[in-house]
Formats: sequence, structure tokens, C-alpha cells
Amino acid sequence: MLNHCFLCRNEDLKEMLESSKESLKLEAMKRIVGLIAKGKNASELFPAVVKNVASKNIELKKLVYVYLVRYAEEQQDLALLSISTFQRALKDPNQLIRASALRVLSSIRVPIIVPIMMLSIKEASTDLSPYVRKTAAHAIQKLYSLDPDQKEHLIEVIEKLLKDKSTLVAGSVVMAFEEVCPDRIDLIHKNYRKLCNLLVDVEEWGQVVIIHMLTRYARTQFVSPWREDAVFDENSEKAFYDSEEERRVDQSKPYIMDPDHRLLLRNTKPLLQSRNTAVVMAVSQLYWHLAPKHELSIITKSLVRLLRSHREVQYIVLQNIATMSIQRKGMFEPFMKSFYVRSTDATHIKTLKLEILTNLANEANISTILREFQTYVKSQDKAFAAATIQAIGRCATNISEVTDTCLNGLVLLLSNRDETVVAESVVVIKKLLQTQPSQHSDIIKHMAKLFDNITVSMARASILWLMGEYCEHVPKIAPDVLRKMAKTFTSEEDIVKLQTVNLAAKLYLTNSKQTKLLTQYILNLGKYDQSYDIRDRTRFIRQLIVPNEKSGALSKYARRILMAPKPAPVLQSAFKDRDRFQLGTLSHSLNSQANGYLELSDWPAVAPDQSVRIVEVVEPAGAPVFGKSKPGKSDEKFYSDSEEEEEEEEEGSSSEDSSTLACLSEENSDDSNKSSSSQSDSEKKKKTLKNKKLQQQKPDSKDSHDLALFLSQLHSFFLNQFLASSPVFVPETSRELLHRMTGKGLSAQYRFTRQPCIYGNSMVSLQLTLSNSSDQALENIHISEKSSTGRDIHRFNASERLEPQASVTVSMGVDFNDSTQAANFQLCTKEDEFSVSIQPAVGELLLPITMSEADFTKEQSKLVGMNESSATITMTPENVSSQSVNRKVVSVANLGVIPSSQENIHRFAGKTVSSGCLVLVSVALKDPDAVITINTENTVMASMLLRQFKTALTNSGP
Amino acid sequence: MIHSLFLVNASGDIFLEKHWKSVVSRSVCDYFFEALERATEPENVPPVIPTPHHFLINVLRHRIYFVAVIQSEVPPLFVIEFLHRVVDTFQDYFGVCSEAAIKDNVVVVYELLEEMLDNGFPLATESNILKELIKPPTILRTVVNTITGSTNVGEQLPTGQLSVVPWRRTGVKYTNNEAYFDVVEEIDAIIDKSGSTITAEIQGVIDACVKLTGMPDLTLSFMNPRLLDDVSFHPCVRFKRWEAERILSFIPPDGNFRLLSYHVSSQNLVAIPVYVKHNISFREGSSQGRFELTLGPKQTMGKAVESVLVSSQLPRGVLNANLSPSQGTYTFDPVTKLLSWDVGKINPQKLPSLKGSVSLQTGASKPDENPTINIQFKIQQLAISGLKVNRLDMYGEKYKPFKGIKYMTKAGKFQVRT
Repeated sequence: MLNHCFLCRNEDLKEMLESSKESLKLEAMKRIVGLIAKGKNASELFPAVVKNVASKNIELKKLVYVYLVRYAEEQQDLALLSISTFQRALKDPNQLIRASALRVLSSIRVPIIVPIMMLSIKEASTDLSPYVRKTAAHAIQKLYSLDPDQKEHLIEVIEKLLKDKSTLVAGSVVMAFEEVCPDRIDLIHKNYRKLCNLLVDVEEWGQVVIIHMLTRYARTQFVSPWREDAVFDENSEKAFYDSEEERRVDQSKPYIMDPDHRLLLRNTKPLLQSRNTAVVMAVSQLYWHLAPKHELSIITKSLVRLLRSHREVQYIVLQNIATMSIQRKGMFEPFMKSFYVRSTDATHIKTLKLEILTNLANEANISTILREFQTYVKSQDKAFAAATIQAIGRCATNISEVTDTCLNGLVLLLSNRDETVVAESVVVIKKLLQTQPSQHSDIIKHMAKLFDNITVSMARASILWLMGEYCEHVPKIAPDVLRKMAKTFTSEEDIVKLQTVNLAAKLYLTNSKQTKLLTQYILNLGKYDQSYDIRDRTRFIRQLIVPNEKSGALSKYARRILMAPKPAPVLQSAFKDRDRFQLGTLSHSLNSQANGYLELSDWPAVAPDQSVRIVEVVEPAGAPVFGKSKPGKSDEKFYSDSEEEEEEEEEGSSSEDSSTLACLSEENSDDSNKSSSSQSDSEKKKKTLKNKKLQQQKPDSKDSHDLALFLSQLHSFFLNQFLASSPVFVPETSRELLHRMTGKGLSAQYRFTRQPCIYGNSMVSLQLTLSNSSDQALENIHISEKSSTGRDIHRFNASERLEPQASVTVSMGVDFNDSTQAANFQLCTKEDEFSVSIQPAVGELLLPITMSEADFTKEQSKLVGMNESSATITMTPENVSSQSVNRKVVSVANLGVIPSSQENIHRFAGKTVSSGCLVLVSVALKDPDAVITINTENTVMASMLLRQFKTALTNSGP
Repeated sequence: MIHSLFLVNASGDIFLEKHWKSVVSRSVCDYFFEALERATEPENVPPVIPTPHHFLINVLRHRIYFVAVIQSEVPPLFVIEFLHRVVDTFQDYFGVCSEAAIKDNVVVVYELLEEMLDNGFPLATESNILKELIKPPTILRTVVNTITGSTNVGEQLPTGQLSVVPWRRTGVKYTNNEAYFDVVEEIDAIIDKSGSTITAEIQGVIDACVKLTGMPDLTLSFMNPRLLDDVSFHPCVRFKRWEAERILSFIPPDGNFRLLSYHVSSQNLVAIPVYVKHNISFREGSSQGRFELTLGPKQTMGKAVESVLVSSQLPRGVLNANLSPSQGTYTFDPVTKLLSWDVGKINPQKLPSLKGSVSLQTGASKPDENPTINIQFKIQQLAISGLKVNRLDMYGEKYKPFKGIKYMTKAGKFQVRT
């Protein structure tokens, strides 16, 4: 009947579909979708539906697609009719139509069209629209599941799409990679840095997939950042053969993290703030598997935050926290209270929280935890109460201080009215007594007293076992219990019967006088029991303990067999070995390997070639190159996608500021370069770029650089008659301030940044790099208040704590008062003080300025006589070129280049930092000689500078 | 990734199925039903259930189980988060996410599911993109559609999906430009028998309703951003700006969205705005028990405590309750043993109380645990942590928007042990 009706309706629908009215067709399709949704079979309508695949009505078309994808597999021949429509749509000028055509085409699981799909995917993967390319990435997986033989071709497409720079594509193509060829890690190398940098802007689902993939990648490519463990143990064999000395050298070699490893950690960190719980979990597992142990703590807060989310999210997060908390209690201990159980939690959430609380228990917090547990024991949810008792048992074995307290608490629970609670307590007490082989006979006596009231068989069996095991401690009670058991033996459960037989045997051996007859009786009962297990046991025990002429050598050892000291059971967490699975995975959640789980490899002992990840920059030397090629400075912008135009409008105001600065500096350097026709183009460009880069770094650098302050600094230089300009050249070399041997692990290096100091107009700005090469963290690194030489020093902010192997860069300012005398001060840690001194090269006491050539000559004419010093030198041939002269001069001293109209005269200008007096340098080339002239009021400085220039210009080399 | 989805109602019937790859027989749900039977409470069904060939990941919302079928390794949170997103979308579209609503709108549901996943991998989950693709049903539109035969599916193709700000569509226009922000804080607390706080923390969210023309760029700053200990953002918030300046800078999505959720640092002492005096006692051997509750305000900064609702799961042995409230109404369900008391507003002059006796099953032993009391309340115009918005500025557009900020404090999981 029903069937008939259904057929009727189908006829009905068919008619509607064949009518000429759009609205009727649509209505029919809606009903059909309703049928599909209910799981009813509507396959026989296929021919009627497929006709409408090319309909103009979008909704109708979409519903037809839904139908087609659902039934194409069953109606392959008819499905082929629709293919040409999609092929046509693939050529549509609208990207969204192309994408949707590819989407449906690739979803039709008909093997005949595999070649067509392959072709379409290949075409779409080079489409101009990133959205179509994204669809192509999805189609790869579909085709692969339809026809795995296409793997090789598909890998080619994946390889191509991995190079894609669009954030839209990244997530989807990595998904395809994971599904089709997760072992082809070599495809990732060249894209690694790009993926890291794009990650923040990829859509959230893609982020999860990419993070999981990068976790696996990093474990194969970088060496372990976990110093103390694993690495050396694994190499122990090798180390064994090495000479002792070599090994020591090896060990003291500090671990330096691969910059790419660091890049990954740095770029994933902001994602901990994502609203998507899966992303937060993915980042957390990445840190767990890849980050140095001391950096792990940053994930704690985020994980705890997830506990506020839905019940299911809590469940997964708690499972992962449980695994983490076994290995690293410290991570979650401050958040212990977040794991307190609420009466409204679901049972599995409660048990997981309990698990974590137990893992977190230590001597310091155990009393709080136990107090909390006491509330839980009284819970109405008895399964949970039982779990709490087990947890108490685990705390008691792990923390010996509280064993007795716990035991007493558990004994009190024995008089609880609830059976499951009592039973669980007995079982746990049994385990505890076993681990505590001391005098707990009173507890055993107490349990014997309660024995009559306990009906749960497991508990009864446990008590009987305890009686037997410690029958010597309770010589009077044990036989009595046995007597009672003899009465009720036949009505007991199997496990209780077995333990009764055990008890009888043990008593027979220790106290045969009192219990001989009882034992005989029980053994007889057992002999005719229904369960063969019990009959077997009885027979075995009888042969073992009752001496007769036939019994062999074994009965001599009966006592030793039955009464042997037994090892105590180990109470441990169910999450103990879960960490064999990557956290956050389905396999971890289930504690068994799921289909398609990809093993996380161990760290390699030696890092594979790092250079594979280097990408040749093919872009022309344009401004953004610096930002990109330097992974250290990640893009300041948040919505950074180089492909999209909207980008421009959206940049935060901070980056706008920096670009105005860059403009400013560009102008300056352009000025300075304008008329110096001798300078090659490339040199000019390089300088501009360098200036720009320096200026851009300014607002980037964290430690202070309030823009306003910086601008006011600039302003003050304007007042000083001539424009201060940014340095032409900044030496990268740093000098040693404190060696790590003298610094007891603390080492410090300094370099001159050649920037105007932000702390004071008369100060020279310095950059200090402090690193800790000891194996303990150094605390409170600062410069002592009482510095010796009376130099005015702006101290850097005390660095609270420097972890082992970590280093930190700070900036400070020193007023050298235009003299090269060393500034002495004390670099202090919490425990130690080290005297250090910085002696500046004379060239560092200058700041570059720009002026016109006319101004230069005018100023120079004022500074003659005493104020002029000059020398003639013979130039080495390679120094003759104007470029090399410029380079030599600016590397020695922080001077600005003045545009010069004469090819053979080079001019440079600067001013001293403290007093601000002008320093004008000119180099006149008269082949093969050169005359260096320095005009300044500060004659001491002039002579020192002159000497340095002489050496610089006469020396060959760079 | 996600192979299929089954929707199961409270009575255990599958009322909707959707497959993104080849069809999986609905018999796979038998394993789920087994787990459902074993669970004592609907919430106790484990979220991840392994079966011989598949894995079932389910979430329970609005008394509907959303059961996703998975075939191979996938981060379980990925699936769970997605399923919740599906529920949120349904709620957004139909106002409620109930079996009836889904059945009534089965075509829209199907269209949505089709757009949200491609081959089991999330494609479009942003609500504003979806709304461009498929228009939410309204009564007016349904009427118009039946008359004119036009459709719910957007004629235009979405632009949001292709832009760098996928959460906002282009060409938004309003005559009244307004931006409202609700700062809502929830107090989670466990109070012990003696009234001392065992644990208390404040979680907050800032929900926004932004109806602004064009592409506005907003910045929101706080008087005391240091209070915020741990935050998570809508993807529109520029993280770098927050890190550097503690300012929320963002191009908002159109309409309602959650801008920020935060946790107030645990160093700050949490003000507990209500206290409970209770006297619940059962005597051994007697079939009567005493039950007395009195509520009172404390540390409310002068604001009224409203919409107070007290609920408690009484022990299984309780047969009935005979109580008299000084205000509001109470109900006791003898089957589930759930007592709930709708108090309303707390008047500090006349504290609300609920007194009386409860009758126990004769012969049943005295319950060993006193019930836990759950309290819900609301305090308007107060963020209990003291968080204050400093200013809201708009850049990028010329008009002057109307701005509004509202504060509210609510009880989250607020439990009193007795």
C-alpha cells in the first residue's frame, strides 16, 4: 500500500518535472530533496531530473546538482548526459560558475569520466582565480578516492598548487597533500617558509590542517630542542666509543634552534587566540611536540579557556590535558581549580577532571585535593563516587605522606550506605595494603567486621584475599571468617568461591590445627561445584596442600607457592601511554590507531640539510624584499595577502606611519645622491633601500620606540642648522663586552646602531645582546646604578629572567662626551657583578648630516688653520673608485655623503654626538695619491679620524 | 574528512541525513544508539564512538544529536567545532534549531549543508557569505516566493568568499548607522557549605551588533585592558595591534557577531553578588526533612540582582516537597526530583526565602549528600570585573555612526554546595 502511494507520488513528481513551468519544477525538486534528506530512495526519477541540469534558475540548478551528486554513482550511464553541461561551464568567464562546475563534476563518482576530471583539474589548477584553484585542490582528493591510480599525476598538480601564494588555496592544497601523498615531505621544503608566513591569514579550517602537517614536517627536519633528554641517550652507543673528551665538547655545545623552527613557533603563537577551538588545540599540540620545554607554558591558558566551551569540546581538551599533565604537572597546577567538578558536568567530563586532579596532586596541594575529593565521594552519581575512590587510592600510593590519611578516609567509607562505594573502597584498600606491607591489622579486622554487610562480590572477594594474605596478622579472625564462608559457600559468586578456596588453603598452611576440618569441608564443596573453574582450582589446591603419598615434590613448596610475597600493584593513570599518539588526533582520543593516522617521527639526531628550504628570490629588488626575505621580521600587517588590492586601505595606522618615515628618509638620501653622478645606479638603490629598511625597523623594534618621541628627536636635529640624515652604512659586526667564561655563563656583545639615541641627544645608541650559555636561568640582569667613570649611561630595563640558551637584545645609550675614553660600568646579575667597558671607535661618536655642496664649502672655509688637518696617502689601485672610497669612509665613521660636483673629490659631513660640532671630511683623488682633509673644531678627534682613514684607504680588501 | 551527517532526535529517530562522499548506510548509527541506551543521561553519550569501519563524532544541542561519520584520522575537535558551527548557522537562519524547524526548512538546510562542506572539508562557514548564497527564510519572503515563484537562492554570486575580509560583504548600506556592543560577563563559582568561595572566575564576551554602511574600520579601547588575561578574537581583529597597544582594531562583519571573549586574570578577587543561607536537613528514621533557603545580595555595587532562578537536584529518596516561597513561584518535579524556584528580583529590604518540608520515601535511608544549588541571576549595567570601554572610533567612512555600549553580569555555572 505504502509502496503504491510512493510510486504514485513519484509519477506525480515526474510530471511536475516535465512541465514547462519553472515553479512546478522547483516545487518538485524541493520535494525530491526532502525525500533524499529522509533517506528515501528517489533514484528512479533520475532521467527526469537530469534534464534540468542546464536550467537558468539558480536554485533549481543547485537542487539538481544535489540530486546528481547523490545518485550519479547508481545511474552512471544517465549521469554522463550531464557532463557536457559542466564542461561548458568550466569555460565560463565567471570564476564562481567555473568553480561550481568543477565542484559538481568532480563529485560525480563515475569512473568513466576520470580522464575528463583529470584534465579539468589540471586546467583549473592554473586558473587565474584563486577560488577556482581552491576548488581544484578539493577535486584532487575526490579524484584520488575515485581512482588511486592517478596518484602520480595528482602529485604533480599538488606540487604546482603548493607553490600558490594565495591564502585561499593553502589550506585546501595541504589537505590534498595529506590525503594523497603525506610521505612526500620533499614537496614541502620550498614552501615551508611561505606556509608559515601565510598561516595567520589562512581560513581557520585550513589552519588546522596546515599546523598538523607542519608539526610532522618539523619533527623530521629539525633537531630536538629538548636538551636534557632523548638526544644523548639515543646516541649513547656512539658516545661510548668516542673519547671522553670529545663527548664533553659535544655536550657543552649550545643548542641553537634552526631559524625555520623558530619561525614556525613564532607564527603559530598568535593563533592560540583563535575563536576556533580546533585551531587552538592544533597550536597547542604543535607546541607540545615542537617547542622547547620552557616555552610550553604559553599554551596552558588557552587550553584552560577551551574548557568553557561546549561539552564535547571539553571532553577532547580534557583528554589532551590529562596526557600532558602526566608528564608536566607544573603546566596546569596553577589552574587546578578549573578542573574542579561541578554537579552538572556529564559523567565522562567528571571522570576526566578527576583524572587530571589526580595527576596534578603533589605534596603541596594534596590536602586541598583530598578535601575536594571528599565532596565528590558523596556525589549522587555513584559511578563518579567510585571513580573518586580510585583516585584517592592513586594519590595515596603516589604521595607517601598522605597514605595513612587516605587509608583512614577509605576505611570510614566502608560504612557507607551505598554498595558501589563500599565495594570500590574495599578494592582500593586492598591495593593500598598490598603496597603498604606494614601493620594494618586493625583495618583488616575492621573489614572483617563489615564483611557480613557487604554484598558486592568483588568487595567480598577482596576482603577474603586480604584475610588470606595477612592471616598471620589476624590469627583469630581469619578462621572465623572462613567458618562463615563455609556456611554460605554454595550461594556465593564464582570469584568469592575462588577466594574462599584460597583463604582455606592459606589458613590450612599457617593454622592447620584450627582450620583443618573447615578446609576439608570447603574443598569438598568445591569439588562438586557447578563451575569447572572452581572444581579445577579445588583439585589443584587439594593436591598442593594436603599431604598424601602420591603428592610429589610440589607439596613441599606449598607454603612458598601460596604465601610468596606478592608485588604490589601499580596504580597508574589510564593516560600514561597515550602520548604515543600525536595530541589532538582521533587516535589519541580513542587510544587506538585510527585509519590513516600518520606517525610522528622522532627527532633526527642530526638535522637534515637546512638549505632545502631556501627559496631563491626571483622578484626584482623592490622595497618589499626586505620584509619578506628576512624571516625575522614578520609582516607587520595583519590581513596580509599580497595578492589582494584591498590590502592598501586596510593597513593599520602604524604601518602607515612607518611608510611616511620611509619616504622622509628616501628624500634625504635622494638629495644626497642627486648630483653625485659618479655613483652607480645600483649603489644608489642599495642605499635607499638600506635607509628604508632601517627606518622601517624603527617602529618594529619592540623595546620602546615611541614614535612621537622619535619624531621629536628628529625635530631637534632640524634645529641644528643642518638636516640630520640616517646612517649610510651600519656595521653588522658586534664586539665582545663580556665573555661567557668570565661572565659565569652570561655573555654580552655590543654594537653601535649609528642611530640617533632616543634616550638623550648627546648619547650614542648601542645595542646589547645578552645571552645565557649556562644551564641555569639568569635573573635580574641589569647595569649597576653606581657606574664608575662618571659617564652618563641610560641603562636598559632590567631583564627579569634569561632562560638557558636564550638571548635577549636590549638597547642603551652612553654619553661618551666626544671622547674615545672607555665607559666603564658594572653588568650585574642577581648573584654577580662584572666590570665591563665599552671603548668606542672615534667614528662612532659621530652622526651623519646632509647639506648642499655650497654649504659644505662655506662651512669648510670657516674651519681652517688649527681646525684643519690633512694628510696625503698613496691609494691602492682597488680603492680608487668612488664607490670604494665612499664605502671605506662611511664604514670607519658615521658620516653622511655630500653630493659632489667634482668627480675626484668626495665629501662627507657629520657632527659629534655630544657637542654637535661639525666634522667635514673631504677626500681629493690625484692619481695615485689622495689628500684627506678634515675640518673640525675638535682637533683631537680630527687627528684620530685622520689616522683611521689613512689605514682604511691604504689597506686593500673590502 | 566528514563523510556523512545524521540528525537524531531525542526519541532516537534519524530525521535527516546528508552525505558528502559516497553514501553510508544509516545502519552505522546503530552503534550510536547502543551508546545512547547505555548512557543514563542524554549528556553522557561519549562524543567519539568507534565502530569497526567508521568513527562517529556527535554533539548534542537543543536535544538533537548531530552525528558525523568519519572514516579516517581527523582532529576530533575539527569535527566538533564544525558541527557546532552548523547548529549556530541553523539557529541564525531559523531562529531556533529544533526538529520542527529543520523539517520545515529541509531544502534550505540541505542547501546550507551543501555549501558548508565540499567533499567533507569546510568551504563556507562564515554566516555572511552563506547569507549571500542562500537567503534566510522570512514569512514575507515565503509569501512572496509562493506568489511570484522567485527563490531563496541568491541570484548574485557571493563576493565575500573571494575577498581578504571574507567576513564582510561589499556594498552594505544602512540609513541609520549604528554600532552596539554588549559586554556580558559570567561568574563561574563554587561556594562551599560555609559560604566561602572555593573557586570563582569571570569570563566575559563582547557581542556586537554593527549596522554600518560601507567598509568602516573601528577601534575600540578599554580603560583597563590589563584586566583581560586571556582573550580570543573574531578573525576580524588585528592581533598585532592588540599585542602592541591593547586596542581592538577591526573591520566588523555585518550584523551580529562575537567580537571577543576573555577571561579575567585570576589574581583579581571576584566579587560574588549573591549569598545563600541554607538549612537542609534530613533526619535518620524520619520521613520528613527540613528545607530552608534565603537569598541575599552582596557586593553588587548598588545594582539590583534580577531574574534570579534557583534550581536543585534533590536526592532520589525525596518523594515530594511542601514549600512556601516568600516571593516568586517554585516547582518540584517528583520524577526527575528537580526543584526550581523562580525568584525574580531580589529586594534587599525583604530577602526572598523558600521554607518548608520535604517528604522522604518511608523506609528509605537518609540521603548522604545534601543537594547542590544552582543559581542564575542577572545584573544590568554592571561588568563585575570592572572592565570599561574607553572609546570607540570609526575610520574609513564619512558619516557619524550611533554608538552604544551595554554592560551586564550573569551567573555562569554558579553552584552552592550544601
